[in-house]
Amino acid sequence: MEEKTIVSVDNLGVKFHLSEQKVDNLKEYVIRILKRQMRYKEFWALREVSFDIKKGERVAILGLNGAGKSTLLKVIAGVLKATEGTVAKSGILVPLLELGAGFDPQYTGAENIYLYGAMLGYSKAFLKEKYDEIVAFSELGEFIHVPVKNYSSGMRARLGFSIATMVEPDILILDEVLSVGDVKFRKKSEKRIKEMFAKGITVLFVSHNLKQVRSLCNRAIWLEKGHVVEDGPVEEVADKFEAASAK
Amino acid sequence: MSVLKTFGKYRNLLVELVKKDIKLKYRNSYLGVLWTMLEPLLTMVVLTLVFSKLLGRGTKDFPVYILTGRLLYSFFSNGTKAALKSVRSNASMIKKVYVPKYMYPFASVLSGYVIFLISLIVLAAVAVARGVYPTIQLLWIVIPLLQILLLTAGVGLILSTMAVFFRDVEYLWGVALMLLMYASAIFYQVSDVVSEKNAWIFKLNPLYAVIVNFRNAVFGAPPDFRAMGYAFGFGAVSLLIGIFAFYKKQDKFILYL
Repeated sequence: MEEKTIVSVDNLGVKFHLSEQKVDNLKEYVIRILKRQMRYKEFWALREVSFDIKKGERVAILGLNGAGKSTLLKVIAGVLKATEGTVAKSGILVPLLELGAGFDPQYTGAENIYLYGAMLGYSKAFLKEKYDEIVAFSELGEFIHVPVKNYSSGMRARLGFSIATMVEPDILILDEVLSVGDVKFRKKSEKRIKEMFAKGITVLFVSHNLKQVRSLCNRAIWLEKGHVVEDGPVEEVADKFEAASAK
Repeated sequence: MSVLKTFGKYRNLLVELVKKDIKLKYRNSYLGVLWTMLEPLLTMVVLTLVFSKLLGRGTKDFPVYILTGRLLYSFFSNGTKAALKSVRSNASMIKKVYVPKYMYPFASVLSGYVIFLISLIVLAAVAVARGVYPTIQLLWIVIPLLQILLLTAGVGLILSTMAVFFRDVEYLWGVALMLLMYASAIFYQVSDVVSEKNAWIFKLNPLYAVIVNFRNAVFGAPPDFRAMGYAFGFGAVSLLIGIFAFYKKQDKFILYL
């Protein structure tokens, strides 16, 4: 059974310039150019990363802090541009990077549904159709007409999750978001994600919770200092990763 | 994906962003959108009082003269300032969700334009009250109305790109805007303040070129085609530079936000 490749990462590299002092004003910039003092430290957050993900695979990205996990997800999500190499993807991609990051605090929950939905590229008609379902799933009830700035972080995350998972994406990017809200909502959101799994969506998952990783994923990629160390079945890679981190 | 296809997909976002700007601007104010008309009206009253009563200048239609200049200038000033800040103030979204980034400066310019168009109602009312009636020349008003949008979008796009990398662009632009205001002859006639040979300051100002034709249309004078061509050329070139600079630099934004 050969499924088609849905994400293809080829020789990916992302380079950051770390200038020793941050120059963010024109005066400083001109002075430094004149004194020839524009020195940068180069830093590769990712280098020579290549892998293919087939449809229906659930891939965990493992690694310590600063290994390049979030950078990798950002490049795949299209937020960050690769310095070298390519990322090809097909289908609808929904990033659950930080739930509710696109909300406007002054807007009410209801207004944010349309704003955030538009940001994810949904049409107005579609959002109108799904509006009741989103509100119901978020369990916000009458708070939906209150400005988001008055929400608790749990409420915000619930609304963000409800909007983002309203469509069935082909690729879902999860960055430590399965710890949303209270126990009840967490169960509900896990159920929804598992339902999506059953339908064969592709998942990219970052978490430091290895137990969760083992139960949700079937493949793992272990990153260290921007390079792929191991890539294979989740149990195998997670064992090795655990052994290495315990040292 | 082609540019047009992407734009099609995110068309709804542009509408939502424009709506958000306008809604939030007046959300906690008692009079709401009425302020779009009250604000220019009150400024006009102040300027008229200062310049016609205290300085003893001005005719019956002087308020119309002030208002025409003032409305165009404040749209240009507010629109470019909002565009300048737009990329930075949406930083948290740019870092999390992919959308075409030009949406942010364009949305701020467009929301300002909607407010500007609403405030034209005040101009119509004041004009009639002051005995300035529409003539056939009023049809020409479409040209300056489009030119001011072109100019604001172009300059706004350039500024929004620069402001990501250099924070002090905001303050420099504030000073430049003040200079532009005095070079736009909003509350005086060019002939009142400078001699013929110094009038080049006004002639070089693209904003003044737009204002001239806007006033001509309102007051029933034939258009000044030199100014019209200049404003159009300046607007088109600034938009091209803006698009080019934005397009070249947009992938770097995230590293500086």
